[in-house]
Amino acid sequence: MCLALPAKVLALHEAGMATVDVGGITKEISLGLLEEVKVGEYVIVHVGYALSCISAEEAQKTLALFAEISQRFLEDDQV
Amino acid sequence: MKYIAEYRDGAKVRAMAKAIAAEVQPDRIYHLMEFCGGHTHSLHRYGLSQLLPPNIRMIHGPGCPVCVLPMGCIDAAIRLAASTGVILCTYADMLRVPGSGGQSLMKARAQGSDVRMLYSPMDALRIAQENPGRELVFFAIGFETTTPPTAMALKDAQRVGLKNFSVFCNHVLTPPAMRGILAQPGVMVDGFVGPGHVSAVIGEQAYAFAPREYAKPVVISGFEPVDLMASIRMLIRQINQGRAEVENEYTRVVSPQGNLRAQALMAEVFELRPRFDWRGLGSIPESALRLSDGFAEWDAERRFGIQVETVPDHKACECADILRGLKQPADCKAFATACSPENPLGACMVSSEGACAAYYAYGRHLEICEP
Amino acid sequence: MNHILDIKQGCVDMSHGGGGRAMAGLIEELFMKYLDNPWLRQQNDQAAFEVPAGRMVMATDGHVVSPLFFPGGDIGSLSVHGSINDVAMAGARPLYLSAGFILEEGLPLADLERIVCSMAKASQEAGVPVVTGDTKVVERGKGDGVYITTTGVGLVPEGVQISGDQATPGDAILINGTLGDHGVAIMSRRENLSFATSIESDSASLHTLVATMVEACPQIHCLRDPTRGGVAATLNELARQSGVGMEIQEQRLPLREEVAGACELLGLDPLYVANEGKLIAIVPEEAAAALLEVMRDHPLGQDAAIIGRVVEDKRCFVRMRTVAGGTRMVDWLNGEQLPRIC
Repeated sequence: MCLALPAKVLALHEAGMATVDVGGITKEISLGLLEEVKVGEYVIVHVGYALSCISAEEAQKTLALFAEISQRFLEDDQV
Repeated sequence: MKYIAEYRDGAKVRAMAKAIAAEVQPDRIYHLMEFCGGHTHSLHRYGLSQLLPPNIRMIHGPGCPVCVLPMGCIDAAIRLAASTGVILCTYADMLRVPGSGGQSLMKARAQGSDVRMLYSPMDALRIAQENPGRELVFFAIGFETTTPPTAMALKDAQRVGLKNFSVFCNHVLTPPAMRGILAQPGVMVDGFVGPGHVSAVIGEQAYAFAPREYAKPVVISGFEPVDLMASIRMLIRQINQGRAEVENEYTRVVSPQGNLRAQALMAEVFELRPRFDWRGLGSIPESALRLSDGFAEWDAERRFGIQVETVPDHKACECADILRGLKQPADCKAFATACSPENPLGACMVSSEGACAAYYAYGRHLEICEP
Repeated sequence: MNHILDIKQGCVDMSHGGGGRAMAGLIEELFMKYLDNPWLRQQNDQAAFEVPAGRMVMATDGHVVSPLFFPGGDIGSLSVHGSINDVAMAGARPLYLSAGFILEEGLPLADLERIVCSMAKASQEAGVPVVTGDTKVVERGKGDGVYITTTGVGLVPEGVQISGDQATPGDAILINGTLGDHGVAIMSRRENLSFATSIESDSASLHTLVATMVEACPQIHCLRDPTRGGVAATLNELARQSGVGMEIQEQRLPLREEVAGACELLGLDPLYVANEGKLIAIVPEEAAAALLEVMRDHPLGQDAAIIGRVVEDKRCFVRMRTVAGGTRMVDWLNGEQLPRIC
């Protein structure tokens, strides 16, 4: 059961609910499984609940690693 | 879409494929099990297996909660749905799962049972509140990704004192299932691609037993193509270096301790079943959940006296071997003949992310040699 | 004739299907009033017209969409566009439509008026009149508000031979715009989906686009509109009919970001989501580039793209090169796609 999506928090509401955005679609979901979440942060949403925050910092690190590998292995690639 | 597109980039995938090719030792075969059905789906949906060197064999694990649910549970749900006044709600994936005698929840609906599809446990609460004269039963399935949402719904039901709502709990656990795989004789798995979103809930150390007791590495992976390729590379490196550790590729989502609040909630609302029969894997101790005494009031099993019977798998079904990595879908005689997505005989064909279903839908063009 | 219809507050009841004054009143004050044309004014049970010389085509469609009203249209406009498109997919010029209504007892007359107005507007804008029709009423609980069946007839221009069995290896596969808009627009209104979106149905009459396409490229081999089952179903149908395979490129598929987002959210594959204003064209490779330009010049083809090609394949598989670089099958589903939560 893993279909979960990164979504941007647009607004916080009462009772732990929030409006999030996935590629222009907005949806009401629950933040009840997380501690403090701020507007503008990204969360992973599964069946209407946010399970985890996405760390921008870690994402950067991951992408930097990917970029390094890409550079190393695609250097002589003909596009 | 942010946090998605960057991890689907074809150029990065190509680079990773080359990086993997550079790492593999040409004289050995690597058997890697992607535990999670979501990963199986991704592998097939993006055609990633074709991009891997031929000596990496991806084995599709049992991490598909729809596939591994015993037929007896489906039968029980169908019986429940047929009861007077019951509205049975579940996720779409469950509607076509065959129970005994080829019956399913979708067929039961066509015959008059009130079976409804949900996208969230919140829908179940809402439907219960909108239908005070009816009994809403939420047929809850899923691994640890899906369990905390069910727990939240139960807490909400408790908070508002919702009387006509109950949960038929069929949530299952990942580490015991992985143990179940590793404990089987003859299993050929060199390492695991670990389920990313389950790990977001349970954390990294939940898999520590695999390196410690079985010397098998685990790499927790995201679901996008670049994530999967990167994780496979990390596994190959561990295997080559003779290491066995839990590593995390999905650091942007998974923290070492996981989601503590979700874990506490699950511990409060659920308790372990002594044993649970898994389709294809047999009986595994302490591998599934039921409602704790504190939530007995919302337990459909207690409320309706549900009895789940043990129903054996179809004779021709080779799911047990496929789920343990001993066989591939194409090895099963029934694959694409007697057994198909329209007429599934066993667990692996049942849900779109089951090994056989995924291969059937996305990969059977590979049967005949490609130029 | 007395005005006996209370459109603001009234509902359809069994008398409206009874063949008596109530039914005549309904027909006059709603259908004839808005769909108005010389044939309906004659008030016969049939419409008479001269049969032009040449090949004619006829197509029929039942429309059972729920909800009746959705962003970008309703069952009325949908049914007009649908039958016009079926006729147009033969390369034909649509001439006339008929419309049969099955009304459920209890349907608000205000809703019916809205639907009929919408049909009239679509029909007038397309220049294809609804020349004859029928109304029946069924008891409450035996219908879904309203079902509409439309039939269209049209004339195929001289020398045009378009059919699903003509796809040839080497042909290019084109689409006139973005995938999945209609299906997502419908789902956004279904009760248990809680997302808000600006996506509208792409429901539209494609006959003028087809006319310009056929004029520019008379050698079009196949045309088909990917409605239920999406582009995937249509490509598989055509592949089977023609005994060929197909290869498409995921990167080339026109897709709006919100539709992609909604499909991700719901666990749906846009290839299987319904469209109502799209067509797939299969043409000889040398004609593809020129045809693409012509399509892009038309308002309903601005996002047109070449998405793949026809190949030799006895298995008639439709395959797709994914954005990640590997190839997967685009399988022909047995039934409707169910949302995936797993």
